[in-house]
Amino acid sequence: MWLDLGLIVGKIAVVFIGIIAGAFVLTWAERKQSALMSDRIGANRAAILGIKLMGIVNSVADALKMIFKEDFLPPKGLRFLHAAAPVFAMFPVFMTFAVLPFGPTITVGGKVIPLQILQLDVGMLYLLAFGSIAVYGVLLAGWASNNKYTLIGGMRATAQMISYELILGLSLIGPILVYGSLDPGVMATAQNGYLWGWIPKWGIIVQPIAFLLFLPAAMAETKRCPFDLPEGESEIIGFATEYSGMRWGMFFLGEFAEIVVLAAVLATVFLGSYQVPFLFDAGEKLGMAGFHFPWGAYLPIAEWAVVALRILSFGVKVLILMWLQMQIRWTYPRFRYDQLMRVSWREMMPIALANIAVTALIVMLVA
Amino acid sequence: MIEVKPVRRVELSLWQKTYYPELWKGFVVTCRHFFVNLGRHIGRSLGMKTKPGRVTIMYPEERRPISPRWRGRHRLMLRPDGAPRCVACMMCETACPDNCIYITPGESPDGRIEKYPVAFEIDLLRCCFCGLCAEACPEDAIRMDTGYLELAGYARAEFYLDREFLMHDSAPTTHSQYAGELEGRAALRVDLLKLARGH
Repeated sequence: MWLDLGLIVGKIAVVFIGIIAGAFVLTWAERKQSALMSDRIGANRAAILGIKLMGIVNSVADALKMIFKEDFLPPKGLRFLHAAAPVFAMFPVFMTFAVLPFGPTITVGGKVIPLQILQLDVGMLYLLAFGSIAVYGVLLAGWASNNKYTLIGGMRATAQMISYELILGLSLIGPILVYGSLDPGVMATAQNGYLWGWIPKWGIIVQPIAFLLFLPAAMAETKRCPFDLPEGESEIIGFATEYSGMRWGMFFLGEFAEIVVLAAVLATVFLGSYQVPFLFDAGEKLGMAGFHFPWGAYLPIAEWAVVALRILSFGVKVLILMWLQMQIRWTYPRFRYDQLMRVSWREMMPIALANIAVTALIVMLVA
Repeated sequence: MIEVKPVRRVELSLWQKTYYPELWKGFVVTCRHFFVNLGRHIGRSLGMKTKPGRVTIMYPEERRPISPRWRGRHRLMLRPDGAPRCVACMMCETACPDNCIYITPGESPDGRIEKYPVAFEIDLLRCCFCGLCAEACPEDAIRMDTGYLELAGYARAEFYLDREFLMHDSAPTTHSQYAGELEGRAALRVDLLKLARGH
């Protein structure tokens, strides 16, 4: 019993540290990547004893600045809600990761350990449910600031997030139908199947339209460019206007953590989770762990190496998807608000519904 | 009668309306910049002579060369003995569109020169850096070639430049150079006079 508890705590620690580390790297990557894309250098001045680490020290300087900045509450602002809003924005993001597997089920000394904090049959529902809690953070921030512009900004953000949550949910139904389960762990296992024996049954291959719907909807959920109307850093007033110092930093951190988590969700549902193409463990191929290529070749690999490769593959996929989100954020200009709404309700939703219908039909015919 | 010119909006083709192909094009552009610059940075850090992966100038340490014609803060040129070359003719003060030059003329102790500026003040906060003062000067006594870009201060008084400040980092010209310049100008003046009289 204590061992189980220890294992759970250990897994939570791994995930939590992973997300925080990812968010920290992203604050650096955001600057450096955008700099590379626009032929600049990016932040490179901060140094500790002359060590700059390619600008990573700047993130430390930023964090220090935010901690020591004045924590401002507008007069007649609601102190409790003002303080609670960033927590509401950050907390659900960390909770979301609980259902996502970050590696295969491993067996150590006869003990079966799934590398997934919470094996939940309704994992995908849990994920979407916690995703919708993030809306409260934004709305509360707008409300508690006692500023009509932040309230309007909060409302605007809420409308956007609710609209895109719909797309998020609808686009996930396709993969759920294909894999026949709401549990991300089962989804991950199912993605080691192969179409006609050689095409990996990854979400992006069996559900490309769902992927193209999910990715923009997910980016709209993170409130980042091209969907950053809730913040509108440079011109319009958003929900976070009356926030400063570390409270604002929590919104910011939550946003970056959201990128990490979304990358993980995308990797789990659409990019084969921890699976490496044609890599099977001993349990799946009658004790012959290793690469089984469709042309009959077999490359044996030790069981522990299979596990290591799979965890590594998940990490690499998450990193690539984080990179992709950054790249998208720095490539596309912002939507106008009516365009944003139109894209969601009049263009993406019919496509999502059609995708569900067609997928259901195909699944029915194949089964 | 107002002529109406109907402007036709460019209709997007179906290919463009599907949105993703056009998004992809933009994405390819930024990715190309990203990877090309990444390669160049890596090449540079390995000591290869690749092109720089940036166009940034690291400003306080690195500076973009400024044109010799670039107009910066003024300076007052000196005679070889250290006296200002200015003869207080008031040409610059007259030419100045912002009225930011204030000269107090006085009788020069040097017998060969009639006047000299007892005080020569420039209010930089009014100056628009048009360069007309330098152009108007018959003695080449005021120049704007210091190349000072950073004109910043904590008080208004810091922008009120007096004669000593304008002279302090002006190198005295050698006598021969000064003489040569004057002779050249004199020759030119004679030529122009001749031209005017029809010779």
